[in-house]
Amino acid sequence: MKFLPTSDADRSEMLRAIGVSSVEDLFASIPSEVRQPPNLPPPLSEIEVRRLLGSLAARNANARESAFFLGAGIYNHYVSAIADQMLYRAEWLTSYTPYQPEVSQGTLQSIFEFQTHICLLTGLDVANASLYEGASAVVEALLMASRLCRGRTRAVLSAGIHPEYRETVRTYFSSLGFTSVEVPVGMDGRTDEKALAAAVDDDTFAVAIQSPNFYGVVEDWQIGSRAAHGKGALSVAVVAEAVSMALLAPPGDRGADIACGEAQSLGVPMHLGGPVLGFLACRAEHERQIPGRLVGQTRDAEGRRAFCLTLSTREQHIRRERATSNICTNQGLMALTSNIHCSLLGKRGLREVALQSHAKAEHLKAEIAKIPGWRIPLSTPTFNEFVVEAPEPAAPLLSRLARWGILAGVPLSRWEPDSGNRFLVAATEMNTREEMDRLVGALKAGGRGDHEVPHPDLS
Amino acid sequence: MSVEIEEKAAAIRDRRHPEPRHEPLVFELSGVGKVGYSLPPLDVPETVAIAPALLRAEIAGETEISEVEVARHFTRLSKLNFSIDEALYPLGSCTMKHNPRVNEEVARLPGFAAAHPLAPEEVSQGALELAWRLEKILAELTGLARVTLQPAAGAQGELAGILMVRAALAKEGNPRTTVLIPDSAHGTNPASAHFAGYKVRELKSNARGTLDLHVLEEAMTENVAALMLTVPNTLGIFENQILEIARIVHAKGGYLYCDGANFNSFVGIAKPGAMGIDVMHMNLHKTFSTPHGGGGPGAGPAAVAERLVPFLPRPTIERRAEGTFFLDHDRPESIGRLRTFLGNFGMFVRALAYISSYGNRIGEVARGAVLNANYIRAGLAGVYHLKYDAPTMHEVVFSDKNQTASGVHAMDIGKRLMDYGFHPPTISFPLIVHGALMIEPTETESKPGLDAFVAAMREIARECEEEPQIVKTAPHTTPVRRVDEVGAARNLVLRWKPGS
Repeated sequence: MKFLPTSDADRSEMLRAIGVSSVEDLFASIPSEVRQPPNLPPPLSEIEVRRLLGSLAARNANARESAFFLGAGIYNHYVSAIADQMLYRAEWLTSYTPYQPEVSQGTLQSIFEFQTHICLLTGLDVANASLYEGASAVVEALLMASRLCRGRTRAVLSAGIHPEYRETVRTYFSSLGFTSVEVPVGMDGRTDEKALAAAVDDDTFAVAIQSPNFYGVVEDWQIGSRAAHGKGALSVAVVAEAVSMALLAPPGDRGADIACGEAQSLGVPMHLGGPVLGFLACRAEHERQIPGRLVGQTRDAEGRRAFCLTLSTREQHIRRERATSNICTNQGLMALTSNIHCSLLGKRGLREVALQSHAKAEHLKAEIAKIPGWRIPLSTPTFNEFVVEAPEPAAPLLSRLARWGILAGVPLSRWEPDSGNRFLVAATEMNTREEMDRLVGALKAGGRGDHEVPHPDLS
Repeated sequence: MSVEIEEKAAAIRDRRHPEPRHEPLVFELSGVGKVGYSLPPLDVPETVAIAPALLRAEIAGETEISEVEVARHFTRLSKLNFSIDEALYPLGSCTMKHNPRVNEEVARLPGFAAAHPLAPEEVSQGALELAWRLEKILAELTGLARVTLQPAAGAQGELAGILMVRAALAKEGNPRTTVLIPDSAHGTNPASAHFAGYKVRELKSNARGTLDLHVLEEAMTENVAALMLTVPNTLGIFENQILEIARIVHAKGGYLYCDGANFNSFVGIAKPGAMGIDVMHMNLHKTFSTPHGGGGPGAGPAAVAERLVPFLPRPTIERRAEGTFFLDHDRPESIGRLRTFLGNFGMFVRALAYISSYGNRIGEVARGAVLNANYIRAGLAGVYHLKYDAPTMHEVVFSDKNQTASGVHAMDIGKRLMDYGFHPPTISFPLIVHGALMIEPTETESKPGLDAFVAAMREIARECEEEPQIVKTAPHTTPVRRVDEVGAARNLVLRWKPGS
């Protein structure tokens, strides 16, 4: 076995030093009646591993081989070659949580830089070292708000928050005695401000809205802040398309106390939805209730600037059942690639990506609106994603389009059975005009026509 | 420090690193007008169709830097890290083993890395089949009925497991109030039980370092939902009375939860399902060698016995009679979702590649891990104090008891190991061993590597007696000297600020 460096001669010597005659003797404390070898096929060589995984990969439509307009929380943005190639360095890939700062300054400094990027983008004071992904980041933000408003039991959520985020909140709340109340979005796709304010009471610890919301619509963080602060609750800003923060007013500038969500668009490949990159930022006055890992700046014994994990007394390996969160790992490698990405794009690039994504989505929206029988049902401004209403059920149409090599959108019927004809279309700086023309042409034809690029499972 | 020790320390430092290394923050490298990216010209009309009040000004403080400088910055930073590829990384409980590079390669295939979780099912069959296959393999290895791959990390796998127990008990009419957890458990267990809405009762370990059956019998009432047992426990000791433990828990209608973070010590040798375990999470980044990445991403699948299957997180991955795969969202008794989409799919790819490389010889992983831990134990016995002398599985927990007389503590010994070119073991955990040094070598360490580690540990023990000051002031050769962690918490600086 090529991953095992022990020769037979080494093994004999080691057994002699230990004082047993065989490796099996070392397993004597496992009852013999439960010992059982697994029923698995024989080992594969590296060539066969490549072949097996390659054959599975080849059957998944993907953004490199399709005209690609999928979003709904995971977006196809530009990632520089260096942002991924840097991850191959063993010093990043094969190290662990930087518990020992003297031999982990690289990881620690990179996290400190990541925390800074998130602060600059959100307009807030403090960010953590990252969380698993968007939905659990929202849960962590709400639980943080509950600790800051101890004794209160309700969270008010806009129904414009990603449905999988809301479902995750319900899972976590079910056993903690908290409830989440959902306020619908209006006919224009925006959270109804009056209904939001009316839903908040003295038992509410947080008001959360998402912008751009699940329908792509730009919301004003201030409606959440006004509703929350009037009753002493915290205002939570949820972001599922983090690129938007380079163009839209940052949550911290418009009253949000906590910003959280998914930062996959900032340099992380789509990875079929994971691993991606949760983030959470807050105001300085609340920093001691922030969940997850945090890196702080300090000095070494000779006075040099150095970094280390800090406030770890909040964490479960020390506080056990009194911990602020049950999150252990952050998303180290994803935070690193995002730090590299944000550093490369920087002040101008992040904005240019946001502007291009917005402009392309606007163009596409206008072109689709011109197709007879097709509608853009929500008239309110969107960022880079919008709802389309087809003249027929969306899911089968989108499957047909996939045969053309066009991944045209995400059907809303997955979450809203009444929205059978509607789907979400996203555009980014990765989409060319030619791809968009192809999409519009294919929509006009209702996904019926020549199979330009038959998918291997469909040919 | 005496002059002599100061000189010796300086000599060690000079040999490894001629001068202390310092890398500015990426923000400090920024220079007006520099560019690190290129985009094609916009091929549609430029427009901003959003009210000005909802737009931001430029991102003050963000970088302006070239790709060259970014490459150098992150390469230099990387060199300040210790990694598995450099040498033995015996961080107990974390399972720092070699990460096969073919796994990295296949995970980056466009059909995985550039694929979207919400693409139509018909054009995502490869992804669904991969997840389905991994589930089947993990079910086979654990001897349990089904597996959810959704949890993003071990701690979330624990939460999933306990929430499923809660749902099953609630369906019978009473979710119960309490979860029992031995004092040798991972700190995540009590936190997960708490977040699942349970009170935690800690059980004291016996002199062997395992769970005492009398203590369990007394504590195991009909208010107890589950016992959360780490197998082998954090002392690296297998609960040899596991079958009796399961019987006691089941007799009162409770569930036996296994923290499978240490599954690497018996994978392919024995099946948890056969031991009476009802639910168990695994860490793909431990047993199945997905990279630790400086602290994530992980993945924490949870395997369950038949009676917990209805409560698995939504969606599950199913296969139709004709052989196609689909996501089943229609699971009315499910605990719901723990996160978005399918889980950390990129880790599934690596884990499947890893397990396929071993196939039916996966037990070699456990054999190697246990052999190596016992070899270290034999090499250090008598030099470092071993509180529990029950048989060692994949890790061995010594303490600093023999060294504290010279004023040296476990932390100092760990820091001194850095000067000898090793990462420290896990320090001060498990809590039931005062001054713990928790050493886990893993199966991917060669005998010469283990010998060098043992020699370094023995040399440090000698230094503790003869020149303790050099240990107490260690490390001497690292990019920075001992870091002021207390100062960091007292005076919080958590970000760079423009103009600072």
